Amino acid sequence: MVSPSGEGRGGVIAINEVSKIFPHPDGTEVLALAKADLTVEAGEFVSLIGPSGCGKSTLLRLIAGLETPSSGTLTLDGRIINGPDAERGLVFQNPYLFPWLNVFNNVAFGLKARRVYKQQKHLVSQYLDLVGLGKFGRVYPHHLSGGMAQRASLARAIINQPRVLLLDEPLGALDAFTRMSMQDEILRVRAEEMITMVMVTHDVDEAIYLSDRVVVMTPSPGQVETIITVPFARPRARNTPDFLNLRSQILEILNFAGHLEEPAYQI
Amino acid sequence: MAKLLASTLKRLGDWPPFWPLGQNLAVLAILLTLALEKALPSSGLQPPVERPYFQYFLFLSLGVFLLWPLTGARSPEKKSKFRAKDKFYAMAFLLLGSLNVVAGKMDLLPAIFFPTPDRILAVLVEDFNYLILVCLYSSAKLLVTGFFSGALAGLITGVAIGFSKPAAYWLNPLIKILGPIPPTAWIPIVLVAFPTTWAGAAFLIALSVWFPTSVMTSSGILNVQNAYFEVSSALGAKKVYQIFLVGIPAAMPLIFTGLFSGACASFLTLMTAEMVGVKNGLGWYINWQREMLSYANVYAGLIVIAISFYSLITLFFLVRDRLLVWQKGMIKW
Ligand SMILES: Nc1ncnc2c1ncn2[C@@H]1O[C@H](COP(=O)(O)OP(=O)(O)OP(=O)(O)O)[C@@H](O)[C@H]1O
Ligand SMILES: [Mg+2]
Repeated sequence: MVSPSGEGRGGVIAINEVSKIFPHPDGTEVLALAKADLTVEAGEFVSLIGPSGCGKSTLLRLIAGLETPSSGTLTLDGRIINGPDAERGLVFQNPYLFPWLNVFNNVAFGLKARRVYKQQKHLVSQYLDLVGLGKFGRVYPHHLSGGMAQRASLARAIINQPRVLLLDEPLGALDAFTRMSMQDEILRVRAEEMITMVMVTHDVDEAIYLSDRVVVMTPSPGQVETIITVPFARPRARNTPDFLNLRSQILEILNFAGHLEEPAYQI
Repeated sequence: MAKLLASTLKRLGDWPPFWPLGQNLAVLAILLTLALEKALPSSGLQPPVERPYFQYFLFLSLGVFLLWPLTGARSPEKKSKFRAKDKFYAMAFLLLGSLNVVAGKMDLLPAIFFPTPDRILAVLVEDFNYLILVCLYSSAKLLVTGFFSGALAGLITGVAIGFSKPAAYWLNPLIKILGPIPPTAWIPIVLVAFPTTWAGAAFLIALSVWFPTSVMTSSGILNVQNAYFEVSSALGAKKVYQIFLVGIPAAMPLIFTGLFSGACASFLTLMTAEMVGVKNGLGWYINWQREMLSYANVYAGLIVIAISFYSLITLFFLVRDRLLVWQKGMIKW
């Protein structure tokens, strides 16, 4: 699978030997991430997958600039990442729409914060349309369904036209149907915006369906176990033999890594 | 023209308002009160008034309750709300009527402490200039000055504590020690420490607003989920922008709770400060009239106070509801 042409504004993320140590309340230290090495190419879609506690969110938050690495460096297009910035958009599992702003103003938040609202106001309705919320600008977040809220938060993140979009289990709270349509939504946004995307997920199918590469991580300490390239052209079908093969391959890695003595996961 | 006629006829469909009877008890109560006032001779103990103010008042009320279905018919929701309160209004007029009979006709209560509605209304009308233009104005000026400076100070310290560790370190103990002291307990000090009693009273009112506003603002901000700040910083918002466009709006519901407690406390402080130090205002007026045993004036003053504070609280909630439309399941006043 070839990533979209270099014309996009996606950035290159380079993660060099990054470790993260958290202090534990009881005085000990937790090695949340050990010497992670990964380069995400411009416009590439990479999924982080692995059991709970393997450091997926930590890695994502490091890229976002919400955490600082204990050692190692992270760069975006060669510049060291220090602190959050509008060039790295962020979507959490919980949409975290600002409840005191209606959908329009939620999406407009980034433009206003960057003081470009006057010049770029027209983008708001454009991005609302992109995520199918064109008619919901005046609605307050508590009236939205989970899927709609997540689409609004997607629009809010990408209106800034970031170079990288970071997604931490963005579809984790949605039902299976909404989830599948949202996956296509994300692909559509990606095709239009050509942003580099890094997504944390628990769902192997979702990872294969969306990604160019799947980064499989294992816990204690959190580390990158394997990186698997997904060789399928888009649009992808979810049930071809190749797809299912890759699926069991990933599950096997996860299983072996987790419980070495137990037999491999059977599908 | 025909349209107008039709709509008028339609409104008249709600007329006569004393039908059905069960929904017009207020009108009956007014009529009963009026009949008793007219029929029974007044006692000699209550000083006479120049005009029959109570009758004027009852006729006016009767007019309002009779004409209401015509004016209010536009919104059925409002009308039914008014109707639902019918029993309450009826009871209010009956109580007023009984007080009038007991105090004004039967002499069952000491006339000096229980003036007739006639006498209270007389004060409201004849003393209007002094009571409203002088006393109410003076109280309002003091209250507004104190309230807004206290609210502003409370917002500033609350935001500072919420966002800055050093500010929290220095201000929190101060708030914990000074806050719970009832502002009126400072009166002995404030009266000598301030150049004028007016300034002192304004300070005390500000103090009573400052404490709850500050506490609620800081806890409101500290309770904002960190994820909102993370999201906004990833959207390009810098610290100051986050304070004003994330922290404060998110804390708004609690800020209003603080301002409300502050408003209630400020009423109390205002009255006490006026009675003790400031030689002006509604609190001072009722205290002064009490000393002169003019209880009709005391009640008139109380009525003005009740109406003013009720209006202020109503206005307060109107503003709050405007600003907090986004909240789910908001409590209505
Ligand atoms: N702020 C923190 N303070 C202390 N420990 C932390 C902190 N954040 C993460 N950790 C620890 O680091 C490890 C990795 O956490 P992380 O949230 O990255 O896992 P994850 O892979 O995202 O898990 P999940 O799939 O459950 O979201 C865990 O052991 C967690 O307890
Ligand atoms: Mg996580």
